[in-house]
Amino acid sequence: MWGFLVNRFAFINSLGEYMQLVIAVVGTTFRRPPNWSLIREQLYEIGVMSLSVVALTGFSTGLVLAAQSFYQLADKGLAGATGLMVGKSMITELGPVLTAFMVTGRVGAAMCAELGTMKVTEQVDALQSMAVNPNRYLLAPRYLAGFFMLPLLTIFSIIMGIFGGYLISVYFFEMTAANYFDPMPDYITHFDLFSGMVKAIVFGFLIVTICCYRGVQTSGGAAGVGRSTTNCVVICYTCILFFNFFITMGLNVINQQLNGFLS
Amino acid sequence: MIEAQDLFKSFGSQQVLDGLNLKVEKGETLVILGRSGVGKSVLLKHILGITRPDSGKIFVNGKCISELEGEERFDSVRNMGMLFQSAALFDSMNVFENVAFYLREHEQHPEEAIAQRVNEALAMVDLHDVGEKMPSELSGGMRKRAGLARLIVYRPEYLLYDEPTTGLDPITAMQINELIVKTQKELKATSIVVTHDIISALYVGDRLALHKDGKIAYIAKPEEFLMIEDPIIEFLKRTIHEDPRKFREEYERQN
Repeated sequence: MWGFLVNRFAFINSLGEYMQLVIAVVGTTFRRPPNWSLIREQLYEIGVMSLSVVALTGFSTGLVLAAQSFYQLADKGLAGATGLMVGKSMITELGPVLTAFMVTGRVGAAMCAELGTMKVTEQVDALQSMAVNPNRYLLAPRYLAGFFMLPLLTIFSIIMGIFGGYLISVYFFEMTAANYFDPMPDYITHFDLFSGMVKAIVFGFLIVTICCYRGVQTSGGAAGVGRSTTNCVVICYTCILFFNFFITMGLNVINQQLNGFLS
Repeated sequence: MIEAQDLFKSFGSQQVLDGLNLKVEKGETLVILGRSGVGKSVLLKHILGITRPDSGKIFVNGKCISELEGEERFDSVRNMGMLFQSAALFDSMNVFENVAFYLREHEQHPEEAIAQRVNEALAMVDLHDVGEKMPSELSGGMRKRAGLARLIVYRPEYLLYDEPTTGLDPITAMQINELIVKTQKELKATSIVVTHDIISALYVGDRLALHKDGKIAYIAKPEEFLMIEDPIIEFLKRTIHEDPRKFREEYERQN
């Protein structure tokens, strides 16, 4: 019982510290924005360096999604919906979620380990000793880069997924390109695109803020860095899955209410 | 002048600072001695504003810096610098970039002027042709010297040293001591050196203090400090085989 209460208290305490850090970094970013060179470095690290892994994930998901859809739908005479299945799934769910997973694993973990190492080797203290605000110098560029790059990477992943689905549908299942693409404009709505982008923005924000928080909270030497890195990946994955559900439900409920109101 | 008034700080159940009071006069080098883990480094981090006291105040040049918030807090330590125990060089930058860091962040100089000042600072600590090297390629002594160059390049008014000779061989440790004295003379700065190395303390210090039980137990000039009857000071005295102040006099005669 006592352990349960202590754990709950520690969780609430961490949540409070996390919120404080996010507010401090966002405030610093608006008051005195970080140097462009630092932002550019992080845009490259988070965006460009993640392109290959995001492309591969999106492409392979598109391939398998098209194959599964075709085999499930063909005997019911619905093979023409293969492209629609791929497009809709990639835009609303798989594109944002898989991109967020890949970026967490490739960038978030590295970000947390780098900041954690800087913390335990007193490099963060050294910044402060030279009158440099670590929130502005280390965290703000990462926040900005994550916030802008996740939606772009998600769009790239969706395009690669649809392209993968197209390749297998046309060259293996012998569908025509028109068959694959034609249903998309009719059934993929602006709401689907909006929903996918909202998820990408929220996931980007979650990844950078959680990984930076765990990084600067690191203590206990090399073992501490390892613990922080593992924790940040687990927390990010859990948050992405739950937020994905809540955003899907929330946006769909709002969408239905709006549609009912307008009609 | 740096003044700490009634500082209290605890980590969990451990009371590290327990009503600590300290006054460091302008231009002097104060050495704070004490056993490992008593909170000497924590005191330095309080002075720099890296750590906040649970209660108490810190004044620098008469201005209370322990209550400042946000960017004002960082701006208030622009005239200070610290040599960390591990040197704390930024391992993503080479030695030159490390030493140039403050100048690039805070002073609008052309690159040629920055390069000149960095090279002067590196020459002052006797480091040549290492500008392109990464910190991981340097020995412990070289890292400390590079850390000192990063400190003196912007000529701060207050210099804080956290265990400057720990982990170094006696010869390198003595070189670091000489550099501290040399830096002190050239910059005419106010310095606080935290160490448990009595040789280093006697070599560089104008006054010596003993940090014990969360407070400054004694503070005195070296010759008076050695006369104090305290088990820790008695023990420290027994580790001295030859008075290091003789080495310093010798060094100053040679230079």
